[in-house]
Amino acid sequence: MQRLKRLLLGDQGLVVIFVVAFVLVSVFVPNFLSERNMLGLLQAVVTIALVSCTMMLCLALRDVDLSVGSIVAFAGMVAVMATNMTGSVILGILAALVAGLIVGLVNGIVIAKLKINALIATLATMQIVRGLALISSDGRAVGIDNENFFDLALRSFFTIPVPIYVMVIFFLIFGFVLNRTVFGRNTLAIGGNPDAARLAGVNVDWTRIWCFALQGLACAVAGILLSARITSGQPNSAIGLELSVISACVLGGVSLAGGRATMSGVIVGVLVLGIAENAMNLLNIQAFYQYLVRGVILLLAVLLDSLRSRALGRRV
Amino acid sequence: MAAFLEFRNITKTYPGVKALTDVSFAVPAGSVIGLLGENGAGKSTLIKTLGGDIVPDSGEVVLAGEPQHFTATRDSILAGISVVHQELQLVPELTVAENLMLGRFPSRAGVVEFGNLFSRVRAILNDVGIDVDPRSKIIDLSIGTRQMVEIAKAAVFDAKVIALDEPTSSLSSTESEVLFRLVDRFRREGKVILYVSHRLDEIFRLCDSCVVLRDGKLIVHHETMEGLTRHQLVREMVGREIQDIWGWRGRTVGEPRLSVTNVSGTKLPVPASFEARAGEILGFFGLVGAGRSELMRLVYGADNRHSGEVRIAGQQVQASDPRRSIRAGLVLCPEDRKADGILQGRSVEENVAISTRRHFSPFGVLNKRREADIAEEFIKKLRVRTPSRRQDIVNLSGGNQQKVILSRWLAEKGVKVLIIDEPTRGIDVGAKAEIYEILYGLAEEGMAIVVVSSELPEVMGISDRVIVMQSGRISAEFQRSEFTEESILAAALPDREAA
Repeated sequence: MQRLKRLLLGDQGLVVIFVVAFVLVSVFVPNFLSERNMLGLLQAVVTIALVSCTMMLCLALRDVDLSVGSIVAFAGMVAVMATNMTGSVILGILAALVAGLIVGLVNGIVIAKLKINALIATLATMQIVRGLALISSDGRAVGIDNENFFDLALRSFFTIPVPIYVMVIFFLIFGFVLNRTVFGRNTLAIGGNPDAARLAGVNVDWTRIWCFALQGLACAVAGILLSARITSGQPNSAIGLELSVISACVLGGVSLAGGRATMSGVIVGVLVLGIAENAMNLLNIQAFYQYLVRGVILLLAVLLDSLRSRALGRRV
Repeated sequence: MAAFLEFRNITKTYPGVKALTDVSFAVPAGSVIGLLGENGAGKSTLIKTLGGDIVPDSGEVVLAGEPQHFTATRDSILAGISVVHQELQLVPELTVAENLMLGRFPSRAGVVEFGNLFSRVRAILNDVGIDVDPRSKIIDLSIGTRQMVEIAKAAVFDAKVIALDEPTSSLSSTESEVLFRLVDRFRREGKVILYVSHRLDEIFRLCDSCVVLRDGKLIVHHETMEGLTRHQLVREMVGREIQDIWGWRGRTVGEPRLSVTNVSGTKLPVPASFEARAGEILGFFGLVGAGRSELMRLVYGADNRHSGEVRIAGQQVQASDPRRSIRAGLVLCPEDRKADGILQGRSVEENVAISTRRHFSPFGVLNKRREADIAEEFIKKLRVRTPSRRQDIVNLSGGNQQKVILSRWLAEKGVKVLIIDEPTRGIDVGAKAEIYEILYGLAEEGMAIVVVSSELPEVMGISDRVIVMQSGRISAEFQRSEFTEESILAAALPDREAA
C-alpha cells in the first residue's frame, strides 16, 4: 500500500497511470489499437495538446488563462474570413496568428501591468473575444472558399496528418522552452516564489506578458487547424476548452500553486484525456455520460495534485 | 500575597537554539509584571507558552495552584488567559461589536440580534473607557484604535491573566494613556498582567515587579520596582559575557561606494540618508520594526521609493527596480530568506544561476555546463554543504541556504555593494563564523557591505561603523572605537517619547 502510494504520488506516477489506462483500454475496447483509431485519437487531442503547452506555462506562473476557448474560436473565424477575403491561405493564417497574439498580449499586459488577477482578467477576455467571434460572423458558421485551406488538416505525410506533426513540434519546442531557456526557468521561478524571483533580478512583468502572448499564439494555431478540420469557421467552437486544457495540465502534474510543471507530464495528461474520450466513443457511451466521466477525471486530477503537494510538503 | 500565575521550569528548544531554559517565576493576583529583554531573549516564546501557541519541552504554567497543560490557543482562552499579540487578530471587514463577540453573538433562531449586540458592546466599551463606535468596521479604524479593540477583547472574555506584547508600539501618546488607565483598572480588578515593552518609562510607570530575560534564561526577578534604575535594567538586559567569535580585523576603508540621500517610501515616511565605503562593513542596528529592513528594501528598489536618490560608486540608480540595482552593482540578501530569498523547489544550481545566467545565455538558451561549473565553483568556495548541486534548496540548512544566496550575488561580476539583512538568523554558531569570514574577505576585496542585524553582539562584533535606527528614523551613529552595548541599545530604545 505504502509502495503503491509512493509510486502514484512520485515523479513517475503519471506514467504509471497512463500505462495502466492504456493497457486496460487496449484489452477491453475493441478496435482501440488499430492504426486508424490511433491517428483519430491523436487528431482529436490536437487542439487540447497545443493549448496545453502554453497553459502549462501560465499555470507554472501561478496564473491561469480562461480565454483560450474563445481565442481558438475567434482565431479560427479570422483565419477563414481572411482567407476568403484575400484568397490567400498564408494571409489568412498570418491574420489569425496576429489576432491570437494581440489577445494574448492584452491579457498579459492587463495581468502584469495593471495587476489584475489572471482569473478575472481572462474571464473578461473570454467573453469579450467570444463576443467578437460571434459579431464578426453574425453568429453563423462561415464556409471556406479556398480548398487549399483544408490541406492544413487533411494533408498527410507518411500517412500521418499535418496537425499531428504540428503537435509533436509544439511538444518539442515547449519542452525546450521550459527546460532549456531563461524564459522557461524564470517562469518556474516566478511561480515558485514571485517575491524572491523579483528580488533576484528576474523581469517578472515581461515574463508574464510573454507567457500570455504565447498562449494567444498557441490558441491561434489550434484555431486554424480546428477550422481546417471542421471545414468552416465556427463562432461557437471550443466552448469549455479551457477546462479540458486545465484538466490535462493538472493531470500532467502541473501544480495549480505554481512552480511545478513538466512537458512530459502534460503530454501524458493530454493523452489520458484523449484515451478516455476515445474509449467512450468506441464503446458508444452517450455524450451525456461523457460529461460525467470528464468531471470525475478532473476531480481525481485535482485530488492527485493536492495529495502530491501534501506528500511533498511533508518531505520538506 | 499568594502567587496566582506561576511559570515552573519552562524549557523550550528549537533545532539549534535554546529558546527558553528553565524559566521560573511567580506573579500574585492584582499586579502588573514587566517582561524585559533584547530581541530574541525569549519573551515572545514565553508568552506563546502562556497562550498555548507552543508547548514547552518541559515545565508548566500554573494558574491559581492548578498546573495547566495547554496544547492549543483554545485551552488557554478557556482557562481565562488572554494574549494580545503584536499582530492583531481581528476580522477587518466586520464591525467592532462583531469582532468582540465573535463566536458568542446574541441570536434568536440563528438570526443575530444586532440591536442587542451593539448595546452590549457599547456598554463594555464605555465601561473600559474606549471611545469607539461598536458599529464601525475594523478596516476603517486607525492601527491604534484596532489595538485598543483587541485589548477590549480581554475585558469581554473577563480574562484572569492578560499578556500584552508591545501594546504601545503603534499607539499615540493619548491612546497610550487610555491603555495605561485600562491596565491600572485590570490590576484593581485583581487580574495578572504580563507587560512586554522595550519602553522602560512604561515599565516604571505601570509595573509592580519585573523579570529580565536574556538568551532564554531568567537573569533576575525584581519583586519590586523600587530603587531600580533604567541604567541597571539596561545592563541586565545586555550584560552577557562576550566571546570573540567575530574575528574582526582592521581594514583600509576607501571611497564611498553607496550613497543614499533622503530615501523614503510608504513604510518609511521619514527620509533617511547614509553612506557606505569601499572595504567597510557598516552595521545597522535597531529593534524589530525600527525600519532597517524597510530602508534596505527601498535602497535596493524592492519597494518603490517616494523620494531620494541612491548612488553606486557615484552613478545614480534610476527608478526602484532590483534589476537596475543589480546592473549597477548593488545586491541584497533579504531578511526573510524563505519568503524573499530562496526559490523553493529549485535546485541549488538554479538558485545560484537565476540572476547571473543572463550573461551567458545566448538568445535566452541556457548554458547548462556553465551553470553547473559556476554552482560547483561556489559550492567549493563557500563550502556549501549539499549532497549535490541538483539538490532542492529547501532541503539545505539555513546557513547553507544563506551561502547559496550569497553565491548568487558573488557569481555576478562587479558587485560593489552587498546589503545583507539578518545574515545569520536561524544559523548555528559554526556557520555564523564562516559567513563572517566570507564577509571580511569581500570587504578586503573592496566591496562595501551593509549588515542589518537585530543581534547587538553581532553588529558590534563585525562592523567597522554602526548606524542605529529607532521608530523609522536614523537615531545615532558610532565608530568602532565608540561602541558600547549601553550606548547603542539606548539609541535604539524608543524612550524619549516622540510619538
